[in-house]
Amino acid sequence: MACNVELLSKIAAGDGHGENSSYFDGWKAYDMDSFDLHHNPKGVIQMGLAENQMSLDLIEEWSMNHPEASICTVHGASHFKRIANFQDYHGLPEFRQAMAKFMGQVRGGKATFDPDRILMSGGATGAQDTLAFCLANPGEAYLVPTPYYPAFDRDCCWRSGVKLLPIECHSSNDFTLTKEALVAAYDDARSKGIRVKGILITNPSNPLGTIMDRGTLAMLATFATDHRVHLICDEIYAGTVFAQPEFVSIAEVIERDVPGCNKDLIHIVYSLSKDFGFPGFRVGVIYSYNDAVVACARKMSSFGLVSSQTQYFLAKMLSDEEFMGRFLRESARRLAARHERFTSGLREVGIGCLRGNAGLFSWMDLRGMLHEKTPQAELELWRVIIHKVKLNVSPGTSFHCSEPGWFRVCHANMDDETMEVALDRIRRFVRQHQHQKAKAERWAAMGQLRLSMPRRGGAAASHLALSSPMALLSPQSPMVHAAS
Amino acid sequence: MGGTLLIDASPEASPPLSRVATSGAHGEDSPYFAGWKSYEENPYDAVSNPSGVIQMGLAENQVSFDLLEGYLREHPEAAAWGGAGAGSGVASFRDNALFQDYHGLKAFRKAMASFMEKIRGGKARFHPDRIVLTAGATASNELLTFILANPGDALLIPTPYYPGFDRDLRWRTGVNIVPVHCDSANGFQVTVAALQAAYEEATAAGMRVRGVLLTNPSNPLGTTVKRSVLEDVLDFVAHKNIHLISDEIYSGSVFAAPDLVSVAELVESRARRGDIGIAERVHIVYSLSKDLGLPGFRVGVVYSYNDAVVTTARRMSSFTLVSSQTQKTLAAMLSDAAFADAYIRTNRERLRERHDHIVAGLARAGVPCLRGNTGLFVWMDMRRLLGEATVAGELRLWDRMLHEVKLNISPGSSCHCSESGWFRVCFANMSLATLDVALARMSRFMESWNKETTTKQEQH
Repeated sequence: MACNVELLSKIAAGDGHGENSSYFDGWKAYDMDSFDLHHNPKGVIQMGLAENQMSLDLIEEWSMNHPEASICTVHGASHFKRIANFQDYHGLPEFRQAMAKFMGQVRGGKATFDPDRILMSGGATGAQDTLAFCLANPGEAYLVPTPYYPAFDRDCCWRSGVKLLPIECHSSNDFTLTKEALVAAYDDARSKGIRVKGILITNPSNPLGTIMDRGTLAMLATFATDHRVHLICDEIYAGTVFAQPEFVSIAEVIERDVPGCNKDLIHIVYSLSKDFGFPGFRVGVIYSYNDAVVACARKMSSFGLVSSQTQYFLAKMLSDEEFMGRFLRESARRLAARHERFTSGLREVGIGCLRGNAGLFSWMDLRGMLHEKTPQAELELWRVIIHKVKLNVSPGTSFHCSEPGWFRVCHANMDDETMEVALDRIRRFVRQHQHQKAKAERWAAMGQLRLSMPRRGGAAASHLALSSPMALLSPQSPMVHAAS
Repeated sequence: MGGTLLIDASPEASPPLSRVATSGAHGEDSPYFAGWKSYEENPYDAVSNPSGVIQMGLAENQVSFDLLEGYLREHPEAAAWGGAGAGSGVASFRDNALFQDYHGLKAFRKAMASFMEKIRGGKARFHPDRIVLTAGATASNELLTFILANPGDALLIPTPYYPGFDRDLRWRTGVNIVPVHCDSANGFQVTVAALQAAYEEATAAGMRVRGVLLTNPSNPLGTTVKRSVLEDVLDFVAHKNIHLISDEIYSGSVFAAPDLVSVAELVESRARRGDIGIAERVHIVYSLSKDLGLPGFRVGVVYSYNDAVVTTARRMSSFTLVSSQTQKTLAAMLSDAAFADAYIRTNRERLRERHDHIVAGLARAGVPCLRGNTGLFVWMDMRRLLGEATVAGELRLWDRMLHEVKLNISPGSSCHCSESGWFRVCFANMSLATLDVALARMSRFMESWNKETTTKQEQH
């Protein structure tokens, strides 16, 4: 029966959900052949998922020692009715207070946060969607430094109709955002008749694993003020800084460095998904210095409140300052050790990473392995890594990086043994590549006709064709991870 | 608090916010919310504030908490996390905290599907893979609107309807609501003529109609939709080539005949008769906020028979997932068949008792209600108390109820009722003692109203 009731809205029928990107091929490979140290040691290792699995044991222990933090245990049961019934979009006061204090603690006490400016959302995902609805109209734009988290395209744009326009950053200055690049992007948008409503930064950066310096933050706050555009700072990785230099939050900069900036333009997005490893708990926060945005986003939080059961648990945990201090220190130590192990392992075979001090990943430089400096060559290399080396890493093009050859590699989502297996595979692959490249150069020097590209395994060639991720979605496939 | 209020500042001081942010479509300027303010400023408390405002505007179910608490006491493993390698089959803290798959915990979806089946007495089946989880029916309704309609399109909604729809369905989506007028002549049941009239009104205004949204059981009426009416609505949406959203959030609260007829039942019976096309148009919304009394836990469902809608809704649920901690706790509880059966049965009985109690009390005070068989509220008929049968007259009466009688009840006009004089009165969000205080106040008010009226009549 021909009926066009299948005709859904433009939002539904379009691909603003972001799952049609070729980026999802890596997920398919992983889903079909997942690595397990004992049961499938030759499977694909997941290195495309920015999860923090390093310190959950500490939280688990705290939770065992504090049964009163759960309203479902006999220790917390007296609160069950009140909490289960609590749906006020202001949020549990004790939750907001604890979150405000914790956000200050993560920033080393260099900034303080007002509990009344804390708004809930369905994770940072929901926070970006809500802010876009508050700050911009359909067709208006945010400027975003590249490379950036791929799911921003969905989170900021899908339902709101807002556009993201890139501010290109380059390795020549370690991908630092320059004023020139910002101005160029701003002017370019204006020349096309696109109204810029905001600048979106992620600090610490995903995928770079670096923090933004004070001077750049001050420049942004000043630019925002001068041009009357919003500055949205996603600080979701604030608690993953594991080495110098110290993290500088926009909260600190607007108080100390640029006190004259227009605070109505400043908004922070936060979440517990990365610092704690709680993505399942869906704890997103919008913190705005703008009263009207606070009022509006609070009403909108009805569409994505945090479960009161979870708010209650977190209120207890976050307000345990002693534990939180201990957790942050130990978590940073473990992240530093993991980062050092991974990057030094890569250095052994001459692979460098951008020097990073934060995040759950490294920004790996494989430019030397590209047969030509193009996005296509990067994707070809990527498919080899997925299908031959069996590592699901994320290609820089999926982060809108303008320089081909960079890859984001997550390493906080696995145990030490798995990390060693991954490193071993990379080292073998790089050595093999170097060997074949040297061979090819010798042959070329001898004047023989050879393909200019290093030979790839026959098996890999059959996987070069793009397959539609839509057809590949299995019901169990955790596609939501793919853009993390 | 730092920063100036943007809306009042000069337009040059800062960039304006979006049109969505500055519109009033969040709905909080309606009288529905003004009553809240009165309550919050002067809330009733039996001991500390016995003359305060009694909250009767909040459709919460507080009559069955003890059953949930009892379950958790007897089944501590529902809340506990197994240790790593505990072998207890209980998900570890780590696994649970990491789980963010928008498909949702399979055990939880299965539990929800089975719970939804039990509520409908097994008259319809629900497949766990068609269940999409969201953070509440608020989110489910908005999600479906984003998926089924474009900005400027229209959804037809029978009046009176839940005031929150004005925000949930319209605010950020840009979609319009066109009311389908119902009145007391036939117990506020939807008619084909009313549907057609609304459809034509929308079309004449240049809006493309995308669907009908029914709340069944109805809020604010407290009645179930008749089978014949549901069949008519299904025929209507098929004929017009549009969708049907059935918000069945109160499906577990039907306490008297007639039984709930869910649209799920009709989709299945039509399929058996060879009409399989209708299913693609049907989408059901559910939540645990009312039946289980857990609004704080933010558990909503979109259930669709349309594969494209399920896939899109699942992707869009990324903005509004259910906490994995909550999914785990409730999965255990709801998949315990004996518990679920006992809960559903006991909850219904208690709601029936409360309902009958308030209806009898109001009747003694001389105030009739629409005959209801479900929900957490009654639809009270105060038409004869209106000075004039207008919205203004109703609001004047409501003002007296709020400030003199000190009962926060919801005026029918906030539910877009086309007949003035009806009020929604909630009865399940308070103790029986508080309900009796409210009924006593109503009695006294009616006594003095009767005296006033008699005096006026004698003066003529």
